[in-house]
Amino acid sequence: MSGPVTGPHGPSGAGPAPLDRREEAARIVAEGLRAVAEAASLEELRALQAELVGKRSALAGLGRSLGSLEPEARRVVGAELQEARSGLEEAIGSRRSALEQAERAVALQSDRLDLTEVLAGSSRGHLHLLTQTRDELEDVFIGMGYRVAEGPEVEDDWHNFEALNLPAAHPARGMWDTLYLDQGDSESILLRTHTSPVQIRVMQTQPPPIYIVAPGRVFRRDTPDARHLSTFHQIEGLVIDRGITLGDLAGTIESFTTAYFGPGMHSRLRPSYFPFTEPSGEFEVTCPICAGSGCRTCTGTGWIELGGCGMVHPNVLGAVGLDPEEWSGFAFGFGIDRCAQVRHQVPDMRVFLDNDLRLLTQF
Amino acid sequence: MRTPLSWLRDFAPIDADADVDRLTELLNELGLVVDGVSRVGEGLDGVVVARVEEIHAIEGADRIRAVVVDVAGTPTHVVCGAWNFSVGDLVPLAQVGTVLPGADFAIARRKMRGAESNGMLCSGAELGLSADHAGILVLPEGLETGRAFTEAIGLSPDVVFDLDITANRPDAMSVAGVARDLAAALRIPFAVPARPGPPGSEPAGAAPVGPPAGPGSTPGAGERDSTTGARVGTEDASLCPLFTARVVEGVTVGTSPAWLTTRLTLAGMRSINSVVDASNYVMLELGQPTHPYDLDLLPGPALVARAARPGETLKTLDGVERTLGTGAHPDCVITDGDDRVVGIGGVMGGESSEISARTTRVLVEAAYFAPMAVARTSKRLGLRSEASARFERGTDPDIAAACADRVAALAAGAGGTLGAGLSTGRTPAHSRIRLRTSRVNALLGTDLGDAVVHGHLQRIGFGIAELSPGEAEVEVPGWRPDVTAEVDLIEEVARHHGYAQVTRTVPTTTQVGRLSPYQRDRRLLRQVVAGAGLVEAWTPSLLGPDDHGLVGRPEEAPGLALTNPMTREESELRRTMMPGLLRAVRFNVGHRNENIRLFEVGQVFAPPAGGRGLPDEHEQLAAVLAGPGDDAPAAVRLWRTLADGLRLREPGIRAAAPPGLHPTRSGELTAGAAVVGVIGEVDPAVAAAFGLEGRLGWLQVDLEALAGAERRPAATAEVSVYPSSDVDLAFVVDEAVPASEVESTLRRAAGDLLIGLRLFDVFRDEALLGPARRSLAWSLRFCALDHTLTDAEVASLRQTCVDAVQSSHPAVLRG
Repeated sequence: MSGPVTGPHGPSGAGPAPLDRREEAARIVAEGLRAVAEAASLEELRALQAELVGKRSALAGLGRSLGSLEPEARRVVGAELQEARSGLEEAIGSRRSALEQAERAVALQSDRLDLTEVLAGSSRGHLHLLTQTRDELEDVFIGMGYRVAEGPEVEDDWHNFEALNLPAAHPARGMWDTLYLDQGDSESILLRTHTSPVQIRVMQTQPPPIYIVAPGRVFRRDTPDARHLSTFHQIEGLVIDRGITLGDLAGTIESFTTAYFGPGMHSRLRPSYFPFTEPSGEFEVTCPICAGSGCRTCTGTGWIELGGCGMVHPNVLGAVGLDPEEWSGFAFGFGIDRCAQVRHQVPDMRVFLDNDLRLLTQF
Repeated sequence: MRTPLSWLRDFAPIDADADVDRLTELLNELGLVVDGVSRVGEGLDGVVVARVEEIHAIEGADRIRAVVVDVAGTPTHVVCGAWNFSVGDLVPLAQVGTVLPGADFAIARRKMRGAESNGMLCSGAELGLSADHAGILVLPEGLETGRAFTEAIGLSPDVVFDLDITANRPDAMSVAGVARDLAAALRIPFAVPARPGPPGSEPAGAAPVGPPAGPGSTPGAGERDSTTGARVGTEDASLCPLFTARVVEGVTVGTSPAWLTTRLTLAGMRSINSVVDASNYVMLELGQPTHPYDLDLLPGPALVARAARPGETLKTLDGVERTLGTGAHPDCVITDGDDRVVGIGGVMGGESSEISARTTRVLVEAAYFAPMAVARTSKRLGLRSEASARFERGTDPDIAAACADRVAALAAGAGGTLGAGLSTGRTPAHSRIRLRTSRVNALLGTDLGDAVVHGHLQRIGFGIAELSPGEAEVEVPGWRPDVTAEVDLIEEVARHHGYAQVTRTVPTTTQVGRLSPYQRDRRLLRQVVAGAGLVEAWTPSLLGPDDHGLVGRPEEAPGLALTNPMTREESELRRTMMPGLLRAVRFNVGHRNENIRLFEVGQVFAPPAGGRGLPDEHEQLAAVLAGPGDDAPAAVRLWRTLADGLRLREPGIRAAAPPGLHPTRSGELTAGAAVVGVIGEVDPAVAAAFGLEGRLGWLQVDLEALAGAERRPAATAEVSVYPSSDVDLAFVVDEAVPASEVESTLRRAAGDLLIGLRLFDVFRDEALLGPARRSLAWSLRFCALDHTLTDAEVASLRQTCVDAVQSSHPAVLRG
């Protein structure tokens, strides 16, 4: 503050003449404006405001002394005093916003943070690539009206083989190298070699129509290599309804292929053999790596072999008490791991055995 | 199965210049999947026939030898790393400058260990003829040295299809079977030539062989050959329904004609001698395995098929002594006139009557063995042969006798003579199956007429007798034992109609697709735990026999061990995921990975009742926290997050010492009254057993128990518009009292107005608080829905809470 602003302190009614009051006001305004311009902080400005335009200010004192003037003079001087007060208030207002801006600038500057110097902290978690793949596959079929069925990982011979048209000593049993539980004399309890026994369990407990997919872990007595682990995951589809045809199977696989792998991706079927389906087929999908133009992954064919499929064998329907003349259906199955491998170009499946965070956190 | 195009042409007039890509596509569409196509006999211009003259060791080298070969009178020195040939053998020599098929360099003159090498002796694989890398391709005798190799062995440029034949197609395990399917697809005629081999290659003097026997007949002249006295018999028609044989006399065992060994090579088989080659050739050609015996080493001479008897053994051709199976499903053995075992029917012959260079009289056996019997024997002995692979899938009984003749004719060569055809038993009748065209169309989604359906079947040898429009009786040929029902015929129609020709449709269902509540919870659980920063792993379901003991579960678990594990480390089903997850942690620690917090959702197993039957399977989530600062409290925080994520009602922890966990820093997880899992830190001794140190948080929940746990109500709790009031209370509590018990008391006492309860301070100071006591401080927040709580109300609530705790527990309010 630039020093006290003095004002007239004479007793009311015996105050100075109007001219004196006008000079006094002009002086107060001039000194006030200078003091406001020099105010260095908001605090100083608040004190100045009280002094200059507050109830106890010199200007207010002058105003109170107008009562002794002639009405005409009182009106003129009163207006001038009001003008002086407005001028001061305006100056205080603009000075306040200038000071506020300056103080904000200082505060912001001292608050500065380099967002790239933030220390390493916790990271997000990750679902396993196989879980993500399984969920996505399930969702595609759920969108087509299917439910998700599940069954035990340890099965009996009847569900895993016999009911699937694979009686004991059937040569085709050699297609599945099986791990058995040691429970005495017979090879009756085993680690399921495919998700197909879930078909049987569903058909045993639910009347048709049936539209399900059955994902899950399966086991083979195979030495792991780049494309196969001895423990892996399959997803199996089963439809049982009236009038289901091979055309329905081919169309369903095509719909799935486009939904999962994307537009422009297609499927094709060729004959194959599985004891539990007839006719049986293998299905291939457009190679997702080269989109069908031919690459190393698809050995130049443009197609990737994905899984097996076929029309449910009448003996399988018979095993669960369904009349093959009334009901027909199709089944298909493929490796969830294989799907993930193809889509994400995992060069060797065995990397999953380590649970290496450097791998798991990529997905 | 490796199938040369030139050989297929013996049976069907396939254009020699046929588009190989188109043929490949056709084979694939027929289900005869082409695993590979190789072009052979090209780029072999620099390869000539050479005779091995000398073989010398090279000093200081034990894997290679110096070989001198004769090339049209010129001795040539080469170094060779193969050991399967001897002096006098004819071998292919790639001369200096040759670029072999698939190679990107020319054979150069070089020195190895001081020995000069002027070319390379070649294996079948190096010549691009087969996959045989194991040794040099030894050529048939009688070839002129110096001659171009391809010309000498009669090899023209050819294409070999490597076919993957499915288990239901024994007919396609022969060149003829493949040709039959292909001819039908190409709409060209198919016929089995009377003599084996390419046109103009007939072995001089051998008689052509007759057509296949009809079903239900006994082919041949009878059971005994009048000249040699050789006799055949079968004592068990269930194991061996048909047994045929043919005697050949005046045989000279030598090398086979070049065209024959070349075909064997292309098909992936090695040439042995002219008699064994003849047997193998006919098996590859027509699918009928045969077995040649040295008649003079066969007492009787006789061959009789019967069931094995207890104690019988046989040393098979591979030199292994085998004990034969008896009982309900006995092995089928072949015995001689002295009733001694000389072969295992359909699987492998014995050493004693093996063909040798001295053999002059041969008895060729061609039988039909019961497929299931051969499958059992082969599996039981762990002995699979080219023969057993065909017999167990079912050979064509109709051609057995003709194949014995064909082998005999080939083996006889120029000088031999054939005896009478012997046989016993009968060819089985052909099955007849009713086929409805309507059923074909119903199953395939097609609209085919009778003529199209029947045409597809007739072209591959099925007989059609039309019963009425839309219905026919189909006779199944002997080579298709897999076709036993109408649906099998429908598959044949589908194959030949083409799967790609079937119009694609999508069936619709009124069912709404969705996950079950359990499945939705499982996904939610995974997402909540991953959201808390954990990374999902999957570890093996199989563990080693010591693993359970290492994690405090040493008890017996009958019925969970494997009979036939691959490795000891994966020999029994897991009862806990702890060993797998701790190994995963160890791996990541070892690779200096950071923030190791893993979880897994999977099945664990409990022994079945009485150790027999299906084990109890439980789906669990297990989590291990091995990041910086992780410990039991970190696991508790994870539990709270998880419980909140699943909206569990009254989640809690109670004192317990679960196996494998730290005995004084662990407990059980509860939801209401139910125990849903365990929590705490991994026992330091367990961690140490897996090479880990420091604290490891552990959480494990059972998904089925969670599914049964009560959840918070679905209805939204009203939020008050009035201000709330906080009360902080600190109690000095005996160490024996869990904080959760005091908290329960507070919650009960505080009543409905309590909207928040939080333990915010735990403090121990023996001097201040006394021994075995600690201070526990809670913050309670109260709020009413319909008014602002008055000071008097809050004071009253506070007093109620203090009184409740002090009267229920050894606890006093801290002043």
